[in-house]
Amino acid sequence: MVVWDVLETVMDPEVPALSVVDLGIVRDVEVDADGAVTVSITPTYSGCPAMQAIHDDIIAALRAGGWPNVHVRTVYAPAWSTDWVKPEARQKLAAYGIAPPELVPLTRPVVCPFCGSRETAMRSEFGPTACKALMYCRACEQPFELFKAI
Amino acid sequence: MEALRTYCVRLADDRLVLGHRLSEWCGHAPILEEDIALANIALDLIGQANLFYGLAGDPDQLAYLRDAIDYQNALIVELPKGDFAFTIIRQFLFSAAALYQMEALSRSTNADLGGIAAKATKETRYHVRHAGDWVLKLGDGTDESHRRAQDALNALWRYTGELFLMDAVDETLIAERVVPRLDPAPWRETVTDVIHRATLTVPDDGYMQRGGRQGRHTEALGHLLSEMQILQRSHPGAKW
Repeated sequence: MVVWDVLETVMDPEVPALSVVDLGIVRDVEVDADGAVTVSITPTYSGCPAMQAIHDDIIAALRAGGWPNVHVRTVYAPAWSTDWVKPEARQKLAAYGIAPPELVPLTRPVVCPFCGSRETAMRSEFGPTACKALMYCRACEQPFELFKAI
Repeated sequence: MEALRTYCVRLADDRLVLGHRLSEWCGHAPILEEDIALANIALDLIGQANLFYGLAGDPDQLAYLRDAIDYQNALIVELPKGDFAFTIIRQFLFSAAALYQMEALSRSTNADLGGIAAKATKETRYHVRHAGDWVLKLGDGTDESHRRAQDALNALWRYTGELFLMDAVDETLIAERVVPRLDPAPWRETVTDVIHRATLTVPDDGYMQRGGRQGRHTEALGHLLSEMQILQRSHPGAKW
């Protein structure tokens, strides 16, 4: 297994349907001649409370995968963008019940991840986590979350 | 180098103190969506504070182990949260200034500062839009919401001048092209437009309060810090 494959198994604690690679949080991986690994990660939002957990999970997963010497560093530039969320991850998000990234304010109707209707409306630009907005589907009368494009 | 450190601490102090004030609404906002929104914005601000402190030293030490006289936030952010209108008007006045500053700062010749500012810019756009929408709802809402919004605006206006004050710290960094010179004109245009659309009146420019950047604060900051710092002061080095 290579380092990237191991990182594919490290899930985001707040969006457990996606790995830290799917989300574009992992920016770079370097392995030096002695096998020491440096993983560069970037936060989705400045105050993302999951960063410490992600840091620890990456170290634990790589140690278990046979890389005892792991260093995780946090980089802030360039700023994270939802453009880095991988295309296949958009489908995983929808299957998990979270509408994939859209620009806010909305320029087109969002498809409800539960029933597929476009009869949806935004309830709040701020949802249960920093990266999500709160939506409501009038067709199936369910609230759901939308990943905000930034 | 000392000027850059001070500049970063000021940016961080503004955001930590305002983030704390917003967090006081957690569990008390008028509706659930607003409770979540204010907590989200507080989290963004405290996150930004953490990053800016990181450019100046140890964030925990700077946040938890300095006294009021060492804090260099603008006075507007430390005023007690007041009613919902006061919180919203303050957030709008501050966020509009912050957006302008973060956009300009994202072009800094200092890559670390510029990177964090670019990130903060994206977040601050949401904050301005959120608070701006509420200013319209409150100002152009009921007689009571209009009155409360105007009262808040009248009380807060005298604290806005400090957001654009430049002292030796700024001048040093402006000369080195590390930070932008802040001009209140574009900010004023943005807030005036929203205030007018909200059927509110822009207060007259009179005496402007100042002193926060030099550590001269209102009584309110000490009370805020005592609550925010008590755990770390009582149990030094505590982690959870």
